[in-house]
Amino acid sequence: MPTATFRIWRGKAGSGGFRDYDCEISEGMVVLDAVHRIQAEQATDLACRWNCKAGKCGSCSAEINGSPRLMCMTRLNQLPLQKPVTIEPMQAFPVVKDLVSDVSWNFAVKKRIKPFAPRPPDSDDGSWRILQRDVDRVQEFRKCIECFLCQDVCHVLREHHLHDQFIGPRFLVYAAALEMHPLDTESRVGELRASDGIGYCNITKCCTKVCPEHITITDNAIIPLKERVVDEFYDPLRKVFRVFQK
Amino acid sequence: MTEHQPIEHDVLVIGAGGAGLRAAIEARSHGASVGLVCKSLLGKAHTVMAEGGIAAALSNVDDRDDWKVHFADTMRGGQYLNNYRMAELHAKEAPSRVRELEAWGALFDRAADGSILQRNFGGHAYPRLAHVGDRTGLEMIRTLQDYAVHQGIDDHMECAVIELLTDGERVVGAFAFDRDRGTFKVFRAKAVVLATGGVGKAYRITSNSWEYTGDGHALAYRAGAALIDMEFVQFHPTGMVWPPSVAGILVTEGVRGEGGVLRNSIGERFMFGDIPPLYRNQTADNEEEGWRYTQGDKDARRPPELLTRDHVARCIVREIKEGRGSPHGGVFLDIAWIKERLPNAAEHIRRKLPSMYHQFKELADIDITEEPMEVGPTTHYVMGGVRVDADSQMTDVPGLFAAGECAAGLHGANRLGGNSLSDLLVFGKRAGEYAARFARENAAGRIAREQLDEVSRIALEPFERSVDAGGAENAFGIQQDLQELMQDQVGIVRNERDLRDALEGIDRLRDRAGRVAVSGNREYNPGWHTALDLRNLLAFSEAIARAALERRESRGAHTRLDYPDKDETFGKRTIVIRKDPDGGLAVSREPIAAIPDELQRIIDARK
Repeated sequence: MPTATFRIWRGKAGSGGFRDYDCEISEGMVVLDAVHRIQAEQATDLACRWNCKAGKCGSCSAEINGSPRLMCMTRLNQLPLQKPVTIEPMQAFPVVKDLVSDVSWNFAVKKRIKPFAPRPPDSDDGSWRILQRDVDRVQEFRKCIECFLCQDVCHVLREHHLHDQFIGPRFLVYAAALEMHPLDTESRVGELRASDGIGYCNITKCCTKVCPEHITITDNAIIPLKERVVDEFYDPLRKVFRVFQK
Repeated sequence: MTEHQPIEHDVLVIGAGGAGLRAAIEARSHGASVGLVCKSLLGKAHTVMAEGGIAAALSNVDDRDDWKVHFADTMRGGQYLNNYRMAELHAKEAPSRVRELEAWGALFDRAADGSILQRNFGGHAYPRLAHVGDRTGLEMIRTLQDYAVHQGIDDHMECAVIELLTDGERVVGAFAFDRDRGTFKVFRAKAVVLATGGVGKAYRITSNSWEYTGDGHALAYRAGAALIDMEFVQFHPTGMVWPPSVAGILVTEGVRGEGGVLRNSIGERFMFGDIPPLYRNQTADNEEEGWRYTQGDKDARRPPELLTRDHVARCIVREIKEGRGSPHGGVFLDIAWIKERLPNAAEHIRRKLPSMYHQFKELADIDITEEPMEVGPTTHYVMGGVRVDADSQMTDVPGLFAAGECAAGLHGANRLGGNSLSDLLVFGKRAGEYAARFARENAAGRIAREQLDEVSRIALEPFERSVDAGGAENAFGIQQDLQELMQDQVGIVRNERDLRDALEGIDRLRDRAGRVAVSGNREYNPGWHTALDLRNLLAFSEAIARAALERRESRGAHTRLDYPDKDETFGKRTIVIRKDPDGGLAVSREPIAAIPDELQRIIDARK
């Protein structure tokens, strides 16, 4: 069987480096298969997160040859195998060990966003009538598997480390899913402008490019939210209106 | 040993998939303080992979549906070995549980009138599955997760339970470890809910993730609870077979619900050739009628591709064994053919089955709108599990509850597709409610120091051994050997000789597991985690093999080559597994409860 070299980052926060592993490869293999084979045969303490191995759970996020990818959906036949394949943990978050990053910040951010607040049900049995076309727009956002690759690639988080001022593309998508939910009555626009830092996004669309679920993050989620913020806070007519209201 | 400061909760929920999240939400709503332990990160549990939908008789698409039809379908699918009371509660309560999800933010696909759309699925008489394309599980787990995080539930992510703690007969807590730091955690709880899912990782070809190592089954068994129906393992008829590295990944039954057909290498729709008597009246006898059914014609009967999973899996195995398989050892599942019937078929397929489209495109270079898929059976679900009281979900061990896949009873000898997600919701809620009640009525128990010492000793043993010592074993190697053994000898078709060999093999693997050594330290060490999983996997595998040996008949998901027919005596018996006082595994047969007349009439009316 042919072999390939995998250059895997091993270590903990503050100390670590790449180590090379040769691994036999076979038809159809994905990067996660290689990591598993190395784990079983050469490095049983090599840490990586994974669950479904089918691109549905978003656990096995890593950087493969420098780009944020799901290890389970990256096929070896799409990579140049004549040189080592580098695999390292996501750079926008602290590393726990080897390929595992500490993504707890994401869970804390989500908790901060105002929860879903539906309008009263349309029927006595507690159900609503909603048209498919009103569902379609939001269903795109709800495909998100929370792999946090969009967070990883976003330069506001990755390079500028503004984790305390900017919630990142994932949670702008989450906020969009709530804001555009046909039943929701809550408004999150004030927070989007202030604590969520939507203004930091300068629509470079890096997040959209890495999304394994192909969610059009920037165009369909972030830009409409930016427009809502503008409408709410910067619309000159509204400004005048607000002055008169006072 | 080090001191363990217990973390206190009224109710501790182990597992954060659909059942665990729903149980935690419910227990919290009754005022209990709740801890939620999950082996992975929140939202990654196996529920996320469920595709087809949630079965509930909402009657939005076909007004002939109601709880009685759903009940009768579930009982027939389970070959009447189901716990009738669970099947009744499930059918009655599933619609409310689905509507509740919508109130928490879930957005299901809609029917033309704006109500929740429902789709056809195997064994369900009418379109019954509320769904979101083919990613219903993601919608469900995300909805529950996003709702739960605002309820004041303490989550403990990447934390795995090694043993339940008991005081006399009663459960009083759990001993766990943090996967990332490797440190131990002791939980003291007045009630514990097991929601740990299944055990697909005991098999080589599986649709399940690494988490599925039978933890809840093994924890409950060691704590003294009974396991039932362990011989019934569901092999989903359609998993991917090629390329090898993705073998086993699920191909949703929704493909067949949308009109996909199964063909062998000579192009024959072989399912028409073998329709079981129990289903003959409900099944189409020609292709035209089958197609009309998938397109919503209420007068048409369902195509044989939508017969129950056990039967479809067996037919596929037969086609392969008799030489009519596809090039990579499966059969063909074709949805592309519907372009002969529908305009814009390709777009329709991509909209209805988006993740199937991407899965095949990205992992196998197959465009399912253009060419057929190759599929074969994959280990998917275990009907067997911890025996529970139907109403409260309490096990034989006071204070210990179980819900979802790790509990048994609802599905009998075979689960219908879509009945799992509804199971999680209906019985997760019940387990949470009754666990909170138990916690209210009982004081916290005493945790014995000796038990903590013993569990921590067992957990750390692999570090005591040197990986370089003669006879030292690698945990991954043992797990792989177990998977081969279960796949070959305790798989879809079984016989006495294989099962006896398997039991001997399991004994040998257990000896080897006693020599596992791990390298590295306790921080995020998969070698150590796998070593700990082995204990549960082996206990579970033995339980399956012993139960399979005991049931000398073929019924539902359990097929014995040496006993190919149904046996009415076994049709009225449940195989029960318990730990006997000297530590061995005891198997017994117990009569199933007689079904009340009014429920029997419902079944008879639908026969």
